[in-house]
Amino acid sequence: MTVQDSRCAPGELGRGSPAAEPAALAAPLDLTDLSRRRNAPGRRAGLRRIRWLLRGLVPAALLIAWQWSTSAGLVPPTTLASPKSVLEAARDLIADGELQTALRVSAGRALTGLVIGAGIGVAAGLVAGLWKLGEELVDSTLQMLRTVPFIALIPLFVVWFGIGDTPKIVLIAVACIFPVYLNTFAGVRGVDRRLIEVGRVFGLSRTRMITRLVLPNALPSVLVGIRYAMGISLLALVAAEQINASSGLGALVMNASNQIRTDIVIVGVVVYALLGLLVDLIVRLLERLLLPWRPTIVKS
Amino acid sequence: MAADDREVLTMTNPVGTNPVGTNPVGTNPAPAQPAVVMRDVGKAFAARRILDDFALTIARGEFVALLGRSGSGKTTLLRILAELDTVDEGTVLAPRNRSVVFQEPRLVPSERVWRNVLLVLPRRESTLARAQEALAEVNLADHARAWPHTLSGGEAQRVALARALVHRPDLLLLDEPFAALDALTRLRPQALVHELWHRHRPAVLLVTHDVDEALRLADRVVVLTDGKVGLDLRVDLPRPSEGTGSRFDDLRSQLLAELGVARPASPA
Ligand SMILES: Nc1ncnc2c1ncn2[C@@H]1O[C@H](COP(=O)(O)OP(=O)(O)O)[C@@H](O)[C@H]1O
Ligand SMILES: [Mg+2]
Repeated sequence: MTVQDSRCAPGELGRGSPAAEPAALAAPLDLTDLSRRRNAPGRRAGLRRIRWLLRGLVPAALLIAWQWSTSAGLVPPTTLASPKSVLEAARDLIADGELQTALRVSAGRALTGLVIGAGIGVAAGLVAGLWKLGEELVDSTLQMLRTVPFIALIPLFVVWFGIGDTPKIVLIAVACIFPVYLNTFAGVRGVDRRLIEVGRVFGLSRTRMITRLVLPNALPSVLVGIRYAMGISLLALVAAEQINASSGLGALVMNASNQIRTDIVIVGVVVYALLGLLVDLIVRLLERLLLPWRPTIVKS
Repeated sequence: MAADDREVLTMTNPVGTNPVGTNPVGTNPAPAQPAVVMRDVGKAFAARRILDDFALTIARGEFVALLGRSGSGKTTLLRILAELDTVDEGTVLAPRNRSVVFQEPRLVPSERVWRNVLLVLPRRESTLARAQEALAEVNLADHARAWPHTLSGGEAQRVALARALVHRPDLLLLDEPFAALDALTRLRPQALVHELWHRHRPAVLLVTHDVDEALRLADRVVVLTDGKVGLDLRVDLPRPSEGTGSRFDDLRSQLLAELGVARPASPA
């Protein structure tokens, strides 16, 4: 490029010297044909088309085995009701409105507990995450309480709050605090330090720094915590309703269990599962609404 | 105070001797006024001295490029001027209205591009108009509503540039802003920086490891060696420089020698 460049080039690069071929180049080189394996769109697409079929194969086989073993009398209905009678039980429960009422009561408990617990968890996580003093006050206390399995608290809550809705909601709330707290705290602390420096350079006030840099960028982590908490709230709901319940899904299932009505018990279990699915759907929707700026969310 | 005056004077003398014809601006703004004054600055990280009795003055509107080997303390120096790091000893004076472009764009991922440009201002119509204007200056007017993760590296860095310029800073600090871009992609933002500097006239400290970039863009090139200014060269070339010619080569080999990149000594 320049005079100096060309002056120093020959000695250093030695490109011009027609020396004999190095020994390494004399040996024959085996080339692999990389184009042999081609994209086979036809085969891939074919597999994709029957993927759902493949995935459904085992569950369908299980269902058939279940129906066959129960209708053939191999398994008595007091042990396991047939799929057909489960469906009939579900139809009856829906027809007289019993299932809807139970579902409303149970979902109400779970939701109330979740909102209270997640609220406390987010608040505690922010206090501990944003202020050093808050961390000292809150973190070790919550870390200590976290080691208590929440189900162990049920007898105590029954003594304190009786047997109505209150002990159940309190139990669910307590169970929900920890995952939300931990993830909120980690989210706030995990906000990229380099972004905080940007805020400092451009003179953001502390309040703006929190509302525009820290909170939005901690939100994905907070939502992960809420997602965990939603799962746990269902678990706590089931546990709380097993102990004593005069209404709700738990009461329905326990009564059926006492009467050895396995068909109704299975209906209850399926409804719990459907609740879990619903909860998952709600979290996905929340993420989509609240995190439009995340590449993974946008693409999915 | 007396020491201050003397320093400023020694620094601005070369500006006076600069042939007016080589300066694209033509009229020099009051040359005696400094934008940055650093005196007797010391800075150490765990017993390693990064800056040692360091002194540097940058005049208002002056474009200074800072070269130095990797790990010589260029970023530390820039962070001190950005008030992100503190000095152990010495005096540092800088204007209040400063902006920084970091090596990475550092856009806030949860804010759209135009909100990133006006981070401190409230969300209003007038704010949007101002951001649009700044984005138009870096040729990104139609990306105002995009999310940062959809931008290419060069685009994101231009947004960072718009964010740095929107408040009309008196001092613009650039820390290897184009280092992550390939040599071809780098040319346009380089020209853009020159153009925007020419238009708004902030004092600029451009940290770079690219000798050619420093010579093409800056009034003055400073090399940081062992915690001190090892070389302080005035670039007396017409600008924007094409990066050729014997004077360019001469300056460049002086800089390369100071940086310790071995080159056969020029006979001239
Ligand atoms: N926060 C820090 N703590 C300890 N050492 C640091 C810190 N920041 C920078 N250094 C050290 O200071 C030296 C100069 O770093 P830096 O200013 O980033 O160099 P440059 O930008 O010139 O490559 C390096 O050796 C680096 O390891
Ligand atoms: Mg650096």
